[in-house]
Amino acid sequence: MRGSLVHKNLLTALLLAPATLWLVVFLVLPFVAIAIFSVGERAPEGGYQAALTFAQYANLPARATAFWNTMVLAPIGALACLLVAYPVAYYLALRAPQRWRLILLALIVIPFWTSLLMRTYAWMYILGGRGIPALLAYVGIEDLRLINTPGAVLLGIVYGYLPLMILPIYVSLERLDRRLLEASADLGAAPLSTFIGVTLRLSLPGVMTGFSLVMILLLGEYLIPTLLGGGKVFFIGNALVDLFLQSRNWPFGSAIAITLVLVSVVVLIAANRISTRLSGARRVDLI
Amino acid sequence: MPKSYRDGLPISPEKFVDQLMRLKRGSISRRDFLGITGLGVATAVMARELGIMPTPAFAAESLGDRMSIATWPNYHDPQTFENFKAETGVAVEVNVFGSNEEMLAKLQAGGSGWSLFVPTNYTISTYKKLGIIEALDMAKLDNFDGSQEDARFTAEGTIDGTIYAVPKNWGTTGIAINTKKLAKPMTSWKEFWDTAMAEGDGRTMVHDYQLTTIGNALKYYGYSFNSLKQDELAKAEELLLKVKPHLFAVSSDYQPGMRAGDAWMTMCWTNDGAQLYRDIPEIAYVLGKEGGEIWTDFYAIPKDAPNKPAGYALLNYLMNPKVAVKEHLANGAPSTDARVNALLPKEVLDNPILYPAADLLKPLEFGAAATLTDPGRAELMARFKSA
Repeated sequence: MRGSLVHKNLLTALLLAPATLWLVVFLVLPFVAIAIFSVGERAPEGGYQAALTFAQYANLPARATAFWNTMVLAPIGALACLLVAYPVAYYLALRAPQRWRLILLALIVIPFWTSLLMRTYAWMYILGGRGIPALLAYVGIEDLRLINTPGAVLLGIVYGYLPLMILPIYVSLERLDRRLLEASADLGAAPLSTFIGVTLRLSLPGVMTGFSLVMILLLGEYLIPTLLGGGKVFFIGNALVDLFLQSRNWPFGSAIAITLVLVSVVVLIAANRISTRLSGARRVDLI
Repeated sequence: MPKSYRDGLPISPEKFVDQLMRLKRGSISRRDFLGITGLGVATAVMARELGIMPTPAFAAESLGDRMSIATWPNYHDPQTFENFKAETGVAVEVNVFGSNEEMLAKLQAGGSGWSLFVPTNYTISTYKKLGIIEALDMAKLDNFDGSQEDARFTAEGTIDGTIYAVPKNWGTTGIAINTKKLAKPMTSWKEFWDTAMAEGDGRTMVHDYQLTTIGNALKYYGYSFNSLKQDELAKAEELLLKVKPHLFAVSSDYQPGMRAGDAWMTMCWTNDGAQLYRDIPEIAYVLGKEGGEIWTDFYAIPKDAPNKPAGYALLNYLMNPKVAVKEHLANGAPSTDARVNALLPKEVLDNPILYPAADLLKPLEFGAAATLTDPGRAELMARFKSA
């Protein structure tokens, strides 16, 4: 009996080893390296020079605008995604004919197989002067500019992150016990109050999962503001790219990266808390 | 004239490819597109990790069968590398980059995998100081003839009498203007910035590159393009912050915006200016009379090049005037080599975009190494972009 227990533990350890190794090599080690960089100094020609200073962290306010832009635009972007995604997920889970459901789901996921860069570049052409504005010129609307506006950035964000919002909401709506809806109707609730009191409430864990997923990814976003916003609005992601590839100030870039990771963790914990509270006793599923 | 039967037919394959190539040329900028995407770095890393790159031991004696070059987008005639492969059996993997800073970052990190790359004049002394490029073995470059080079453009490849880099081509940084939209003739950086806040409101682009954007803002006040003086930089920052709300974009990827008609005016490098004018004649390219940037791009070999023999072989091949002339016709930037100029068609030599009048060139300045690495200018640029 003892022997089999040892055997079992050994098997567990072996099975866990690849995943643990993966985590250590690709997550823990780089994080440690970045943490060490962040307390160093910028070498005279750029790069990293060993030191022990917190000057980089003290300098964080120099990127206050980037933090502010990201902290404001990430939740707005996530909210815009949510507003578009919920009706889609609702239709898919509760209204779409069974035989269409899989095809419709595939249609949502398939664009994800192409690089976001390519798809964002396509939007550059659609919104650019030879795209929609050229069509509108036929009906007399001249010199309309769509590209490089805040609206274009928001559109890019909604387009790029929509599947990540739809899928968790779809999953939570799909699991919804239809009998609860019938019960609500039988007890005299109007469709709207059934939706708010039952459907929406029970899908909140999915909503929170989607929201925090999109939100965390948006905290590191830099491609969409650069390509569709004309590089005029600086996100933290843009600050990082600049610090590592342009001014080659690795220590400052590392300090910002560490701060960004910490902020993401706080967001995740907060989202989890809110989610747990909103859904009452229901267990929260973070996919 | 009778109507041709071709009228109204669908686009021909040749024409489609032609247009596609034009779109491709326009969709990628020299310094920034791959910079922001990191694709350049990614291809280099992937090639190494997947073992596509030869190991140093493999290439110790022979030329091997593969090598890697780091360069700019739209910068070479692809046929050049095909011909090189046909002659030597060495396949050239081309990694395109967004900025000199990015190339420097990659080389500094080590293991870039390149056997040849294309740095700009002001970076070479920094590379030498960091000890990451080779002193070139000129015995292996018999196609290069220093006596035929215009020393004005090529001096920065030689440090303390040792040649570290040989020139690819030179060019300027000027203003590209859509003259249909902005009819008022423009000849100065002062007019560029003033127009950006008036008729060009919401239609003007500046580079996402501190050297040129700060440098040309300094020219508004007649200061040096390379100034590191606190008070002068403060004035430039003031101007940039004032212009910022009026800009269409802060991006070095200006060809798509200019081609689509969204942007009417941009800071522009010679070769992009030549390409834009070639396809859209109403786009003019002018130099600011106050001065601005003149540049030369070089070829250099990294110290840790995995396939030095092939690096030298390709470099020598590219120094052949007959090869170089095709490169210049494809890329659009002027040559530093008198032997190449002798082979270029008259309309190229007479094109004022490529070979501007001497009095316009006179006030131009080469970017300085200190300007590129100055942390103060990097921070200024970041403040401008985040404003």
